[in-house]
Amino acid sequence: MFKPTFARSLVLALSLAAAAVTAQAEPEQYFPLQSYRVGPYAAGGTGFFGGFIDYMQYVNANGGVNGVKLTWSECETEYVVEKGVECYERLKKGLNGAPAAATNPLSVGIAYATLDRSTADKLPLITINHGRTDSTDGSVFPYAFPLQLNPYSEVSAIVNYIGKQAGGLDKLKGQKIVTLYHGSPYGKETIPVLDLLAKKYGFTVEHVEVPHPGNEQQSQWLNIRRAKPDWVILRGWGVMNPVALKTAQKVGFPANRIIGNIWSNSEDDAAPAGAAAKGFISITTHPSGTQFPVLQGIKKTVVDAGKGNLADPKRFGSVYYNLGVVNGILNVEALRIAQDKFGKKPLTGEQVRWGFENLKLDDARLKSLGALGLVQPLKLSCADHEGGGAVRFQQWDGQKWSVISDWVQADRALLRPIIEESARKYAKEKGITPRDCGKEG
Amino acid sequence: MLYNEAGQFSISYAGERRLFRLRQDRCALALLLAFAFVVVPFVGNDYWFSAILIPFLVLSLAGLGLNLLTGYAGQLSLGSAAFMAVGAFAAYNFGLRLPGLPLLASLFLGGVTAALVAVVFGLPSLRIKGFYLIVSTLAAQFFVSWALTKFGWFSNDNASGVISAPPLTIFGADFSSPVGRYLLTLGVVAALFWLGKNLVRSELGRNWMAVRDMDTAAAVIGIPLLKTKLLAFALSGFFLGIAGSLWAFTYLGTVEPHGFDLNRSFQVLFIIILGGLGSILGNFLGAAFMVLFPLLLSNLAGALPVGLIDPGQLENLQKFIFGALIIAFLIKEPEGLARLWQRCRERARLWPLRY
Repeated sequence: MFKPTFARSLVLALSLAAAAVTAQAEPEQYFPLQSYRVGPYAAGGTGFFGGFIDYMQYVNANGGVNGVKLTWSECETEYVVEKGVECYERLKKGLNGAPAAATNPLSVGIAYATLDRSTADKLPLITINHGRTDSTDGSVFPYAFPLQLNPYSEVSAIVNYIGKQAGGLDKLKGQKIVTLYHGSPYGKETIPVLDLLAKKYGFTVEHVEVPHPGNEQQSQWLNIRRAKPDWVILRGWGVMNPVALKTAQKVGFPANRIIGNIWSNSEDDAAPAGAAAKGFISITTHPSGTQFPVLQGIKKTVVDAGKGNLADPKRFGSVYYNLGVVNGILNVEALRIAQDKFGKKPLTGEQVRWGFENLKLDDARLKSLGALGLVQPLKLSCADHEGGGAVRFQQWDGQKWSVISDWVQADRALLRPIIEESARKYAKEKGITPRDCGKEG
Repeated sequence: MLYNEAGQFSISYAGERRLFRLRQDRCALALLLAFAFVVVPFVGNDYWFSAILIPFLVLSLAGLGLNLLTGYAGQLSLGSAAFMAVGAFAAYNFGLRLPGLPLLASLFLGGVTAALVAVVFGLPSLRIKGFYLIVSTLAAQFFVSWALTKFGWFSNDNASGVISAPPLTIFGADFSSPVGRYLLTLGVVAALFWLGKNLVRSELGRNWMAVRDMDTAAAVIGIPLLKTKLLAFALSGFFLGIAGSLWAFTYLGTVEPHGFDLNRSFQVLFIIILGGLGSILGNFLGAAFMVLFPLLLSNLAGALPVGLIDPGQLENLQKFIFGALIIAFLIKEPEGLARLWQRCRERARLWPLRY
């Protein structure tokens, strides 16, 4: 009885091994995913990583990146820093010989904790639309990339928009703005720059903290009502956002005077608040919707084939999902650019970093990707790891977001010296000698 | 016969009082230390150092800190994470504000600061006991996190309130690689465990146990309650403070005040409950259980075929399994893993001749 079963399992094992070997023959590039699908921020995690994975499936279905197939595996972090570090260490080595290209934790805390490690391991750390602001300065942070929009640009663009609504930045004098922020490194990041802008333009700003995760905001909103601000900037995340909108309605603060920041801008933030969210404004770096050719392509080859990563297909084309797709496009484009220089094969993290530093997306390239209007044109360099710095404003009509403004640019010239100063301070604290970006071109 | 002490006689008081009286114990300890200091750095990889061994060592130390207070002196506390935070931020600031201060000195001063803060929050223990004391230490938990967030000075006015580790150099040697961080942690933890083991055998340790078992009786036989209790808080704070700075410097490389929240306090509490109250070895066992077991489950889950179970549900499933195991384990052995180990040793004494 024993022998035949043993022989059969031996055959099975051998054929499995053979399959693994044949799979090995094809060149692959690996993306470690520190994803989170449970916990208070699950909506963000499932949407973002769903879009990212679906885009990689779409690229693979079209022959990969110059013949190099993309592969990935997930490790659940629950948005907890320690778990994120553990996942980083577990996944950084690559998978079955496929080298890791870049890590993309959608969490400021995890990004902070893996910053030094990324530099030591020579693996790019992509913090799209978030992350440590001064990592924009690539001479001190060679491996960190806050793509598209860093937190300082974000508030600067919001202030520029408020100025436009008031009829010019000089009309900001005497206005009152309250920021309601998530009590975390992410939430606190913009306090000094808002204070600086307030001093420059003459408005007053008040910072109100909501402790993590933000289920209870009654006292904060009562204080806001007492302060009677002209605008409230909502720097929320996850469950904090709908609670903020509902509580605002309860105390009688109008939703169309609340501007959500980049992590308060999704369907999952507005829809649960129901009628209270109607009129709520937020910024976005990418519109929601499915009309873009790249999304149609994903729908045809991935989602309709039943291979989509989203548990709820209705979220296809939502803000978080599209951010995942945008993130996928930027990662894959960096890989493609690096392949032009280093050869059409799987690349090391160091080579992919070169690709990110030379990332350049203009309208023509975006059009051929089918992502014109979805991704903002951007150009990175050794000194500038952000590249974009523009946002659009959108308003929630009770059912969906509609874009209400053109690209509003942040005052990047004003922010640059602060960023450089902060980066220099960090370099001094850590004993880092900054790179000379003039030499690297 | 593995543990038969036959033929080992103490012929001096010093021999009688030594740390490990049995030759087997001494050999085992020497072998273990040699393994940890010499073999592991060669055979381990980055993942083992950074994600498993360092947090395991640091949490063992934190467990020891709380065990001195709760397991030995009988003072219940939920403020462990707060004292860890004080240690981490104080050590960071000492290193930053006093240029040229050696790393180990700033760790030590961080521990001393945490000890002072712990004494302040330990003052109510002279009047209140048990659950009421938990509430007062809980206040430490909220107060410390509030103060560290509120005053930017503590984090050197970092916009996000995050501190990052100073360069890890001791006498010119760089300890910032994963192996280096592991060795640094191991060295500090081993030294402090040696100190802790000696503390609980000293007169102070016996006073703590007397206070734990019945403080009125202890007072009657002349043990000064005030001094004993406050020293328990101070030493516990010292150990926790150093654990906190190691957590920030050698494990994460960065920390924010919320990294030391109530959950961390609960984690440390579970470590000593699972490992064994009033036991030194129990801290290691409890920390190993708390660190390794979830990782084992998560790594096993990673070996499952993709798409069999939704990754999110898998994570919840792991929590069920972990929780159920804790409950089952505590029913079978309420005195913790250390007691289990002790029973094994007693069996080994008889083996193979049972009678």
